[in-house]
Amino acid sequence: MNAPGAKAAPKTARRHAAGQPTPLLDGVEKVTGKAVYTADMNAADALVGRILRSPVSHGRILRIDTAAAEALPGVVAIVTGADCDKTYGVIPIAMNEFPMARDRLRYRGEPVAAVAAVDADTAARALELIELEIEKLPAVHTARDARRPDAPQLHDNKPGNIEREVHHEFGDVSAGFQAASLVREASFHCAEVNHAQMEPHAALAEYDAERDRLTLHSVTQVPFYVHLTLARCLDMDTSRIRVVKPFVGGGFGARTETLNFEIIAALLARKARGKVMMRLSREESIITHRGRPATDIDLKIGLDDAGRITAVECSVTQAGGAYAGYGLVTILYAGALLHGIYDIGAVRYDGWRVYTNTPPCGAMRGHGTVDVRHAFECLLDRMAREMGLDPFELRQRNLLQAPTRTLNELMVNSYGLGECLGRVKKASGWDARKGKLPPGRGLGLACSHYVSGAAKPVHWTGEPHAVVSMKLDFDGAVTVLTGASDIGQGSTTIVALAAAEVLNIDLSRIRVVTNDSVITPKDNGSYSSRVTFMVGNAAIQAAEELKRKLLSAAAEKLDASLEDIEPGEYFHVRGARQSALPFREVALAALAREGTITVKGSFTCPPEAQGGKHRGGAVGSTMGFSYAAQVVEVSVDADTGQINVEKVWAALDCGYAINPLAVEGQIEGSVWMGMGQALSEETRYQDGLPAHAGLLDYKVPTMVESPDIEVHIVESIDPLGPFGAKEAGEGALSGFPPALVNAVQDATGVDMDVLPLSPDRVLDALRKARRRPARKEAS
Amino acid sequence: MKRILNLKINGTACEDAVADNMLLIDYLRDQKGLTGTKQGCDGGECGACTVLVDGKPRLACVTLAHDCAGTEIETIEGQQRNGRLSALQRAFHENLGTQCGFCTPGMIIAAEALLRRNPDPDDDAIKRALGGNLCRCTGYIKIIRSVRAAAAMMARDAA
Ligand code: FES
Ligand code: FES
Repeated sequence: MNAPGAKAAPKTARRHAAGQPTPLLDGVEKVTGKAVYTADMNAADALVGRILRSPVSHGRILRIDTAAAEALPGVVAIVTGADCDKTYGVIPIAMNEFPMARDRLRYRGEPVAAVAAVDADTAARALELIELEIEKLPAVHTARDARRPDAPQLHDNKPGNIEREVHHEFGDVSAGFQAASLVREASFHCAEVNHAQMEPHAALAEYDAERDRLTLHSVTQVPFYVHLTLARCLDMDTSRIRVVKPFVGGGFGARTETLNFEIIAALLARKARGKVMMRLSREESIITHRGRPATDIDLKIGLDDAGRITAVECSVTQAGGAYAGYGLVTILYAGALLHGIYDIGAVRYDGWRVYTNTPPCGAMRGHGTVDVRHAFECLLDRMAREMGLDPFELRQRNLLQAPTRTLNELMVNSYGLGECLGRVKKASGWDARKGKLPPGRGLGLACSHYVSGAAKPVHWTGEPHAVVSMKLDFDGAVTVLTGASDIGQGSTTIVALAAAEVLNIDLSRIRVVTNDSVITPKDNGSYSSRVTFMVGNAAIQAAEELKRKLLSAAAEKLDASLEDIEPGEYFHVRGARQSALPFREVALAALAREGTITVKGSFTCPPEAQGGKHRGGAVGSTMGFSYAAQVVEVSVDADTGQINVEKVWAALDCGYAINPLAVEGQIEGSVWMGMGQALSEETRYQDGLPAHAGLLDYKVPTMVESPDIEVHIVESIDPLGPFGAKEAGEGALSGFPPALVNAVQDATGVDMDVLPLSPDRVLDALRKARRRPARKEAS
Repeated sequence: MKRILNLKINGTACEDAVADNMLLIDYLRDQKGLTGTKQGCDGGECGACTVLVDGKPRLACVTLAHDCAGTEIETIEGQQRNGRLSALQRAFHENLGTQCGFCTPGMIIAAEALLRRNPDPDDDAIKRALGGNLCRCTGYIKIIRSVRAAAAMMARDAA
């Protein structure tokens, strides 16, 4: 439920489309079952693709013999590592993965070979007939094991299994700690988590042997990157490839890089000279991973007498899995986003991204920041307690003043954190209730933030960061063409609202065509919450361009000057509605001049938004940060260790809510996903074997244990955002785990250092605290 | 081995040759082209495949097609009347009870079974009835609100 008047911030302008709570444009398809996802596409004439996976965590392939499998009637094609010697990976300088292993195997479940057969049974039998001889090698499954001096090395060019080491210092850290009157340190561990998007992975690849063309439909968030990767791995010209993204059942980062099965499906289709449907099981989808790495954080914070943060020292180790993926970006984000939320005197950051023999990690909602924010907000709360300061008060004393630039050169133009704090403090009844709840019940607070798109894309092409095309023809419909990937977050609706707002027309006049590389302009994809800010701005610019053309045609017809005309469903001279021209009439007049009209708008992040000049300085840079504060109320059962989340109050500064309904949905969803990570979600490996690869073992919260989340939207109106908007889908996530831990402390007096707070861990901590009650005060 | 299966799907009588071991979900999706029913897990863990069998919610991914012989199956494709959205479909659409939409058919069908049984469920009743249907997008807030809105809509229409 939302608070009455959840959207109370003043608007800069009256708007008819932007700012209105709007059901998703493609919602009707979703509620009627007509939405076609990749696995729903017609596969009657397709072969069935299946993948053979590594049975070991680490090994050397001595022999693969596919002869018996090939001889099986109904088997049409088999591919192995020998069919593709090109590496891939989302970061151009860190591509070290093959679609199927060649020579070395580095995690259990890594693709080794794949089969295309006439049906699923035949494909399964063919996999059994592939002979695989492996020399097992010693494996490492945790960062600690991987960093031991005698650890086996996963990649020849990465001694010590360190994928990337980061050492950043901004400001004078030692002077900062000297100026502090309270310095505290703590260590935290956060378990690895998985996106567990509801739609399992799938890809449909079709190869046209006559014309040497390939079409891939896939579950991706980044069709453009998939397109480039297919061209590279199949050694095909990009012009011969078409990538289409149908409806996608959630992503949360699982699909922000090209995934092995997409390339394998394409390789199979080309070899079979036909069409291959590859539907991964839930188990395989989870093994494909790319989730948030298991992370160790050592954190030190210094506060002066006034409670101001004088210095921060933070070291982070991430167990990144077997391949690079987004790894170097993740470890840079973890340090960069120590900044941008509070006014901090000096920051030192040391990060280690480590290779382990587990499925590769990647980007997951709140990429890089979640575990570090968790540590930070927990330690800050402990220090507030020690100083006798209210947690709200301590945070209020450290707020930034926008506009500003952070120590590491991040741009902050709008900053609604103070208002977020005020909103959740009042809504939760903090002052009246904090410290006065019955035993076993508690309140906790935490703040968080996130980027509205990376200001410098991982794949730097020099092109504008976003482009939208708009088309107008005889029917009088406005068609928006965009490569922005709607994965459920509602980007298609945002783009339409932006166009409707600028043109002052009904939403129903607008159609949006998305994600087909032969039709829609390139878009970098749906990640780092870039779409509303960048594509939204591009859509506004395109609509402005179209509006200019329409106004000029209307001016001629109405014999008035352009500036005096009000566009809309009826164009008219201001103050003279009686001589209004219907939209289509104006459209036809404009078309009479030049024929079908196609306009485009683009958006580019200016250089000053792209971060500092230091190595890795582009990561964390953004046009604007969202800010969030949340209060969590818990009850803790001391006998079972069970935590029940009673209620959450969450406020998020999204700049401006172009679609308040979707903003609420994004805040609810991200807070709730943070709850999953805080309470129950955790991957587990037994000798490298994923023991969590199903939705019973990987514990996503059900409706039963999910609390009411009261959402407050704060609108700081970002000067550069589309209508003032910033991101809304990630910023609130990372505040939940620390707010929960702080609430559990309030309820039980016990500080928890490990995520998730599963009942066994809570019981353990409660027991330990009972055994030595006075220790904490003494230390 | 294939045998003839007779049943009704969304009001239409069907007669098909169906393998003994074919699951209801594969029959619906692959043989009948009714892909509105989703598969989100490897069996019985997510609720995405919920359909009604003689009015009762069933997981199509752990039900043999032949076990449904002689029954009446209802799927998401059969929920509209005269091309208009059902109360639940409308409520899910208007209240953003659907984001990515993947859990939505199963949610709506499970909620349909609930509302037929209990036209005015409170939050607890909704949570109990839909507790086996996972959603990764919404945090369930707007799903619960959608079900309540549909119940109110139906009460209004009945009055
Ligand atoms: S697909 Fe049937 S329960 Fe998940
Ligand atoms: S709406 Fe995406 S899983 Fe429910």
